[in-house]
Amino acid sequence: MVHGLDLDVPAVGCFGLLGPNGAGKTTTLRMILGQSPPSAGTLEVFGLPMPAASREIRARVGVVPQTDNLDPDFTVLENLRVYAGYFRLGGPALRGRMESLLDLVDLQDRADTPINDLSGGMRRRLSIARALINSPEMLVLDEPTTGLDPQVRHMIWARLRELKRHGTTLLLTTHYMEEAERLCDELVIMDHGAIVIQGSPQALIRRHVEPEVIEVHADPDEVRHILGRHAAPRIEAVGESVYCYTRDARRLTSALEQHGDISYLHRPANLEDVFLKLTGRELRE
Amino acid sequence: MMTPGTGPFRLPRVNTGALAVWRRNALVWRKLIGPSLFINFGEPFVYLLGLGFGLGRFIGEIGGMPYFTFLASGLVASSAMNTASFEGTYSVHTRMVPQRTYEAMLATPLAVDDIVAGEMLWCATKGLLSSTAIFIVALLLGAVADARAALAVPVFFLIALCFSAPALVVSAVSPSYDFFSYYFTLVITPMFIFCGVFYPVTTLPDMVQTAVEALPLTHAIALVRPLIAGEPLTEPALHVAVLLGYAAIGYYAAVVLVRRRLIV
Repeated sequence: MVHGLDLDVPAVGCFGLLGPNGAGKTTTLRMILGQSPPSAGTLEVFGLPMPAASREIRARVGVVPQTDNLDPDFTVLENLRVYAGYFRLGGPALRGRMESLLDLVDLQDRADTPINDLSGGMRRRLSIARALINSPEMLVLDEPTTGLDPQVRHMIWARLRELKRHGTTLLLTTHYMEEAERLCDELVIMDHGAIVIQGSPQALIRRHVEPEVIEVHADPDEVRHILGRHAAPRIEAVGESVYCYTRDARRLTSALEQHGDISYLHRPANLEDVFLKLTGRELRE
Repeated sequence: MMTPGTGPFRLPRVNTGALAVWRRNALVWRKLIGPSLFINFGEPFVYLLGLGFGLGRFIGEIGGMPYFTFLASGLVASSAMNTASFEGTYSVHTRMVPQRTYEAMLATPLAVDDIVAGEMLWCATKGLLSSTAIFIVALLLGAVADARAALAVPVFFLIALCFSAPALVVSAVSPSYDFFSYYFTLVITPMFIFCGVFYPVTTLPDMVQTAVEALPLTHAIALVRPLIAGEPLTEPALHVAVLLGYAAIGYYAAVVLVRRRLIV
């Protein structure tokens, strides 16, 4: 469920939709694809009205869904060919297109493998290859690397950056702030069906959180006691972990150093800190 | 406020995308062609030999033709119904829900309108195949009167098309596979029993006959039986119109209901 969404996705680069579960990310994507009718307002994709022009729009979009929906009745190559048929693509040119896409996602040796014999990472890679079959102007990815191992994630990120460089618009949702920071030129953080904030990852970090973070793994009261005498940083405690957001970490670290038994981590602020500040730390769904 | 022309009730607009849906199913079927054809031909052999010859010995003639011919022409028609109904419920549900095949299709230029049309064409094709198999068996066993009977073959497609539509309606509203048992027990099986497959509907009480006249299988048999037995057709236009009517109304209802299920 989303309401009062005012969103303008630039035609170049990678645009991210971030938010906790239930924030409305997937609903937003579904509306953009004409899979969910908006109850009010107007929606244009490539300057065409959605859902009225949904067929024309979807012919120019590629979709990597959150849950794989590859066709289990077919092999890897058959999946590409049948899906291409939905776009009325065929003929000798398709053959080459399918081969180069399998190369792109490193599945060239799996062309005749049935879908049920593929690992989760292979399926996701095939989903990406399938989404590119129509050479889309915009690639929509709904949590593209959820549940994948680091090797596959890095491979997918590399491919997505390549696509971006070649002019494909990327629109993605993700829970991984690291992913958003690496890929997105611009992003929105959504919560409860509305946009909380919009900007580039760096600008958002600059604007919304202190530049440095000290994570202390110790009793919160003790940490507060130790740090209390120094600068007054913003402190958040979650169980036995304390997050201190500050502009001047040196005084805090030197205070902590005097207590040799306390371990801490000093790091620059990241998008996750912005996310947690804006959407809170309570669990969703 | 829903923009006019975009709500779930707007009239369907099909294009050739429906053929891509049909083709997808045909490609899957081709992989299982051996077992499929075995069932298509094996089952009618058992029915026709067992019931036709077994019962036929006691019954002799019925409705002015040998019981074997009577039964064969009824089974040919009901097979199109059964095959299309199974494909339109169990198989369609598999593609709609657990396999998410339609979800994948709806990320392409295909619309629900094309998916439902493609599925109906596919159900009709499968019904055509199964009826034709029985027809060939009946032909080999001497139950087919003359060459005019070949006109029955396109009718098989129409019959299956007619039954695919309500099956898709049921699929669109069905929460699970279990729900289909109601449809088969309450709708399909009674038609199989009452619509003249095994005995002429004229033997039924008047009131029941009137009700049975509204059911599509009655009209399907009224077309197929005379063609196979070499008898004159009565009111063929009416029967074709009834079958087409069920197909058309069912198609629209299925499109609206599948939209309401998937476009949310």
